[in-house]
Amino acid sequence: MVFRIRKKRVLTPVTVLFEVEAPLVCRHAQPGQFVIVRLGEKSERIPLTIMEARDGVLSIVIQAVGKSTRELIGLGEGDALADVVGPLGQPCPLRDSGTVAVVGGGFGVAPIIPIARALHDRGVHVIAINGARTAELLILEDELRAVSDRYLVSTNDGSKGVQGMVTDVLRQLIDQGEHLDEVIAIGPMVMMRAVAEVTRPHGIRTLVSLDPIMVDGTGMCGVCRVSVGGETRFACVDGPIFDAHQVDFDLAVRRGHMYDSEQKVALEHYEKCRCHGGGEA
Amino acid sequence: MALRKTKVPMPEQPPEERIRNFREVALGLTPELAQEEAERCLQCKNPACEQGCPVNVRIKEFIGKLRGGDLEGAYRSIWSTNILPSICGRVCPQEEQCEKYCLMGKKNEPVAIGRLERYLGDWAREQGLTLAEKAPPNGKKVAVVGSGPAGLTCASDLAQKGYDVTIFEALHVPGGVLMYGIPEFRLPKAVVQAEIDGLRRLGVEIRTDVVVGKTLTVDDLFADGYRAVFLGTGAGLPNFLGIPGENLCGVYSANEFLTRINLMKGYLFPEYDTPVKCGRRVAVVGAGNVAMDAARCALRLGPDKVYIVYRRTWDEMPARREEIHHAKEEGIEFHLLTAPIEILGDEQGWVRGMVCQRMELGEPDASGRRRPVPIPGSEYQLDVDTVIVAIGTTPNPLVARSTPGLQTTRWGGLIIDEETGMTTRPGVFAGGDSVTGAATVILAMGAGRRAAAGIDRYLSEGGKEG
Ligand SMILES: Cc1cc2nc3c(=O)[nH]c(=O)nc-3n(C[C@H](O)[C@H](O)[C@H](O)COP(=O)(O)OP(=O)(O)OC[C@H]3O[C@@H](n4cnc5c(N)ncnc54)[C@H](O)[C@@H]3O)c2cc1C
Ligand SMILES: Cc1cc2nc3c(=O)[nH]c(=O)nc-3n(C[C@H](O)[C@H](O)[C@H](O)COP(=O)(O)OP(=O)(O)OC[C@H]3O[C@@H](n4cnc5c(N)ncnc54)[C@H](O)[C@@H]3O)c2cc1C
Ligand code: SF4
Ligand code: SF4
Ligand code: FES
Repeated sequence: MVFRIRKKRVLTPVTVLFEVEAPLVCRHAQPGQFVIVRLGEKSERIPLTIMEARDGVLSIVIQAVGKSTRELIGLGEGDALADVVGPLGQPCPLRDSGTVAVVGGGFGVAPIIPIARALHDRGVHVIAINGARTAELLILEDELRAVSDRYLVSTNDGSKGVQGMVTDVLRQLIDQGEHLDEVIAIGPMVMMRAVAEVTRPHGIRTLVSLDPIMVDGTGMCGVCRVSVGGETRFACVDGPIFDAHQVDFDLAVRRGHMYDSEQKVALEHYEKCRCHGGGEA
Repeated sequence: MALRKTKVPMPEQPPEERIRNFREVALGLTPELAQEEAERCLQCKNPACEQGCPVNVRIKEFIGKLRGGDLEGAYRSIWSTNILPSICGRVCPQEEQCEKYCLMGKKNEPVAIGRLERYLGDWAREQGLTLAEKAPPNGKKVAVVGSGPAGLTCASDLAQKGYDVTIFEALHVPGGVLMYGIPEFRLPKAVVQAEIDGLRRLGVEIRTDVVVGKTLTVDDLFADGYRAVFLGTGAGLPNFLGIPGENLCGVYSANEFLTRINLMKGYLFPEYDTPVKCGRRVAVVGAGNVAMDAARCALRLGPDKVYIVYRRTWDEMPARREEIHHAKEEGIEFHLLTAPIEILGDEQGWVRGMVCQRMELGEPDASGRRRPVPIPGSEYQLDVDTVIVAIGTTPNPLVARSTPGLQTTRWGGLIIDEETGMTTRPGVFAGGDSVTGAATVILAMGAGRRAAAGIDRYLSEGGKEG
């Protein structure tokens, strides 16, 4: 099987969208599910959320944070990935009516789009909030706007939309009396946790997509375990979407840092090899 | 010449050297040593050894041919019932199977049947000798799910009968536990891949990166024209202890630890991208093969101390004797009659110790082994920063959950007809760890073979899928 990159779109200096040939993955993919990707022989298995899966072509958005994601975003059209496996995890539960706020931050805007689209198609009133540090880091604005009834933006520096965080926009909505039946937030752990705290006092059901460290993605290793409602769950098979008000975020954040020092070593090793003439452009 | 009372010693890497590398510990018998060992066999009229082998290897015959110098004949003899001699020779618990019944073993050490089997398997591989032959295609497609020993054996048997076989494997490499679980120093990955290459030459297609139950369902397979499906999905779901502190950073399942090392080659980080983190003082909980492998892998990453913590005694340990012996030689410390009751963490959420309790043996339990009973007030703290949990696995529920008509036991094992290997859904067969729970390579192979025969009969009788 060849998982060839058909199309590459650079969204920001650190974020790219790839369209990858992966017909089998597309057969059953549903919003909220993810794939595991391996670039080459010596590469890690990296979990990435499915943004779209149509006609045998899979769209994924990758944000460079460490060695593997940097190496991935350096690939170009025509290059191939060694492995793409999925769809993994449980699909996002979808309501049939009411109002849902979907909140995306960073690469999290990509996975929120198929969820917003599915809700929108079912006749749910969708309010989308897209947030980034600054205007040039906002991604997929047109795509998200197209699948929502209301579209709001926040940037930390105020260069576009409301100045502040996505949580500020969400709080304003609630304060203005907007009735929300549900909030779905995907983005950095700190953002998802902050969203959970905004909605908790109002008792608004809130879903988040956790992104713990993973290896196999099939329930075999247990590294992805998270604590939800006091119970240990494997995010790769039971999740990755969970009820935010039940999630032990402290634990999730701590476990996310488990390999920080090794990740630094990997990155230094990678940069060094590149400087010595190895690798790609 | 008087017969040797003990086995011809196996050449090995010395312990102080091997704990610094991942290369194979037991180097294999030379032709001379293999001859000498084969001479020890009494060629019994009623070879008791054979009743101990789950796949009935004709032990007397193959040893007889080996010592007559007919290596190819000897290899053919083994291969007629066991297609993976290089692997079984290395990993079978011989002391509980063939060698347990060997007549020589009554007074002396038994004949080293496993080592001779390995010798012949390795010899055949080096010669490039392959025995499998593809029958004329019969046009019937069969899907095999999982590429562990059960799936590999089932696929091989079916391909030799002319079936068009495709293996679907969830991971990026075929081989199952042989690749991701058992370490290089005990079972070199090149040995496993050579067997898998043989399967490809038989025309078996192997599709990695397919999780059945997710990427494709069993119903999809039937819809795609497969006439029967074999489930050899193993028992990959790790058990945890259910004690406080188990989600701290630095607590691994053995599966995670071993997968990072064996499948992802974490011991070669940063040349390979996947890291494996091992602290200075490591406790492995459990004493089966998995625990020994985890402990000995940990040791090779260079910590100060590696402990095995086990609630029973030497006599009850489920691991192969040879591996326990190797682990001891390598300097692993055993805390026996000891059970962990809590893992302690520091402010950053990392393991800083493990509270253990001493046990004594009471009355025998359902397994016939004496039950460990806690001694009140015997708690003590073991100073460790890494804990690896190796207390067993159960079948992964992905396939059972997504396949209508499949029944499982309470603990998730697929229910089959013992004779044919057919599950409660017509046309769907199963065998190996997915049925029995974590067991052995040779039992999984035997089950794969029985199911292949079951599938052949079912499809010859015109079986319709369910
Ligand atoms: C279910 C799931 C879906 C995901 N979907 C996407 C996606 O659609 N797009 C995308 O860009 N990323 C996604 N991620 C995150 C992505 O897998 C990680 O960013 C990636 O594994 C990091 O690899 P690396 O080698 O580049 O960085 P590393 O060297 O592993 O890490 C670099 C830094 O990132 C942090 N980090 C490590 N692991 C993660 C993680 N899992 N999530 C966030 N930060 C992490 C580390 O603490 C470290 O500081 C997802 C993760 C999961 C579990
Ligand atoms: C560390 C370790 C050491 C061991 N040591 C020994 C030993 O010394 N001697 C011995 O006899 N036995 C040993 N065992 C046990 C032995 O390896 C197993 O009993 C044997 O491998 C079981 O074979 P199997 O084919 O049933 O399953 P497995 O070998 O587990 O293979 C199952 C395969 O199916 C794949 N799979 C699972 N679900 C799906 C799905 N939904 N879709 C597609 N593919 C799927 C898995 O990825 C895997 O590759 C050991 C086990 C471990 C873990
Ligand atoms: S397959 Fe295993 S049990 Fe059978 S003879 Fe060989 S080593 Fe012994
Ligand atoms: S029982 Fe032992 S001595 Fe007798 S035939 Fe078997 S291996 Fe040889
Ligand atoms: S990633 Fe291994 S069990 Fe979830």
